[in-house]
Amino acid sequence: MKTIIRKIEAGERINAEDGLQLLRDADLYQLGFLADMIRKRLHPTPLVTYVIDRNINYTDICISACKFCAFYKSPEDKNGSVLSFDELGEKISETKELGGTQILLQGGLHPDKPFEFYEDMLRFIKGHDIHIHGFSPPEVCHFATLSGLSVTEVLERLRRAGLDSIPGGGAEILSDRVRQECAPRKCSADEWIGVMEEAHNQGMRTTATMMFGHIETLEERFEHLQRVRDLQDRTGGFTAFIPWPFQPDNTVYAGMPKATAFAYLKMLAVSRIFLDNVANIQASWVTQGPKIAQVSLFFGANDFGSTMIEENVVAAAGVSFRLSEDEIRKIVAGAGFIPKQRSMDYTLVAD
Amino acid sequence: MEEYIEKAGLGDILEKVRNQERLSKEDGIRLYKSPDLLAVGYLGNLVRERLNGDNAYFIYNQHINYSNICTNLCKFCAFGKDKSSDKAYEMTVEDVGNKVRERLDEPIFEIHMVGGIHPDLPFQYYLDILREIKSIRPDIHIQAFTCVEIDHLAKLAAKPVDETLRILMEAGLDSIPGGGAEVFSPRIRKLTCEDKLSGEGWLEVAKTAHRLGLKTNATMLYGHVETIEERVLHLAALREAQDETGGFLAFIPLAFHPKNTEMSDLSRTSGMDDLKNIAVARCFLDNFPHIKAYWVMIGPKMAQVALSFGADDVDGTVKEEIITHMAGAETEQAMSINALVGIIKEAGRVPVQRGTLYDVIEKY
Ligand code: SF4
Ligand code: SF4
Repeated sequence: MKTIIRKIEAGERINAEDGLQLLRDADLYQLGFLADMIRKRLHPTPLVTYVIDRNINYTDICISACKFCAFYKSPEDKNGSVLSFDELGEKISETKELGGTQILLQGGLHPDKPFEFYEDMLRFIKGHDIHIHGFSPPEVCHFATLSGLSVTEVLERLRRAGLDSIPGGGAEILSDRVRQECAPRKCSADEWIGVMEEAHNQGMRTTATMMFGHIETLEERFEHLQRVRDLQDRTGGFTAFIPWPFQPDNTVYAGMPKATAFAYLKMLAVSRIFLDNVANIQASWVTQGPKIAQVSLFFGANDFGSTMIEENVVAAAGVSFRLSEDEIRKIVAGAGFIPKQRSMDYTLVAD
Repeated sequence: MEEYIEKAGLGDILEKVRNQERLSKEDGIRLYKSPDLLAVGYLGNLVRERLNGDNAYFIYNQHINYSNICTNLCKFCAFGKDKSSDKAYEMTVEDVGNKVRERLDEPIFEIHMVGGIHPDLPFQYYLDILREIKSIRPDIHIQAFTCVEIDHLAKLAAKPVDETLRILMEAGLDSIPGGGAEVFSPRIRKLTCEDKLSGEGWLEVAKTAHRLGLKTNATMLYGHVETIEERVLHLAALREAQDETGGFLAFIPLAFHPKNTEMSDLSRTSGMDDLKNIAVARCFLDNFPHIKAYWVMIGPKMAQVALSFGADDVDGTVKEEIITHMAGAETEQAMSINALVGIIKEAGRVPVQRGTLYDVIEKY
């Protein structure tokens, strides 16, 4: 353990085994102090950023039926719906009124909407002149399968239609054992990485997430982190990493114990330490609430994520914290940091 | 990890904590003002470890709030109501008895009973509810009536506090909860709860109870209009009283919940506030055996993390907690023993179910 700590203090990279040992055996404070040190190294000015955006889920109809998902409706379910462009337009106008700079556009894997539908949607949104952060890798893979196009072609066409960047969702745990078990119809770990690599190569920035605390082993968490770090070494295209604990209510895994705040802070800190090449780590106030999110600023997080003018996915799993921009600023300032609005690529928005 | 504490400019306080030297008020203020949450928490955690080892306590208790009618109407309180309010209620002696009967099948070890400063319930009522509880559940420990209520009861009985307490003890009172302390500073009391028993009065009642062998707790309501200096003076007054009598069991920092109070324009406390109040209190109150992170108030997540910031107690499996929830606490009403044991274990502590006096009932 001492050697690992010394490595980190010296600014050296740790390997997955080191990380695993830290997560298993290191004291909460040891992890906090190390993660905080790295955060300060990467971000010498005490800024904590956030983005004003709205989560727009264009459909909840999905053929994937992931066991950890409380959001989707199966295609047979009459309650499923697809947003009309009118509804989309309204949501975007509201977002802009609230000072929003981007739309986080994600949805279920719809069984039969043609690829052109998504291109049209992008062009429609782009007409409102707003950054589109949309279509996580499972959606991109799904579009490729349905249309018979390659991932490269799909991404090129999406980009031409107005897509600006790609959210890191659908990564869950990048390990095929885990994916086979809980989301067999979703893209594989290789495919997820493949979409991100191609997107980065085409000049798009993306984020990466990790949803932990379900059926994965601690080793598999490091398989995930390793894949993210390796790709980042090749492309440098990830802007941020967002680890968040699985919320089991209303899913197939309802009743499974939730990862506790303690487990969250440790995982957050270890992510900060391990992903030495990813600039930003986001706190997950949506799952942890404002208090733990504030505390996480001392465990490696330097970003408060989004104001989430609308959030449906975690809310479907029975968790509904709400924060306005004002509250986020207060929480950040209360912890001794300077709150700053940013855009997706982490350039600061002028006050 | 010492170098991190040094870097945070708290090396001298670390020294004192290690040598078990008492912290000065200035030290307390510096800890509160330090921007380095982890460094402050680390110090609180050191003290906790020394005093309580790996034990993290909880209690299986029942809360009974016999009435919310109150003549004080403190500005920070969402519970107390004027007698004429349509939300006002009071329980009869029988109602109190029924509450106890309802849960006779549960392994409850303590009844925690408090209420408002009622304008016209007679002294006899308070004796009757104590007796009623004991007649239904003879072995139960009754922790009841804050120092503010005790002072009121003494007036009702037209007897000095010590005699009043003796009568209450005969009727079944076993210990006294820590409420009503708020912040002792006269400035704060004037601003927020002018009609309430003064800070000195509160301490006097607590010390009197201690002298009669009654254990009590102490609280501090933080996160409203008090200054850091006022917090530290509050802690210092408690520490001094404890030096005199040794009768305090636990200190419980209480986060102010603004909703539905006259001070609803204030924000809720932040996670940083909650953890700092735990950690600073743990460092400063070197003569208090226990620091409690009341999970109903700050939520199970924060309570769990607080176990690493100086707290060694998360309070209980509370079924009906009205006071905080009237003030809009969004935390669950009750947590099962399993859930409590789970979060404690995950935090690396040994869950210990305790009685009121920190007697060990079961280790998990
Ligand atoms: S997680 Fe996404 S892909 Fe899986 S079922 Fe839910 S909406 Fe569909
Ligand atoms: S805090 Fe106590 S004394 Fe003050 S109004 Fe509320 S119930 Fe009454």
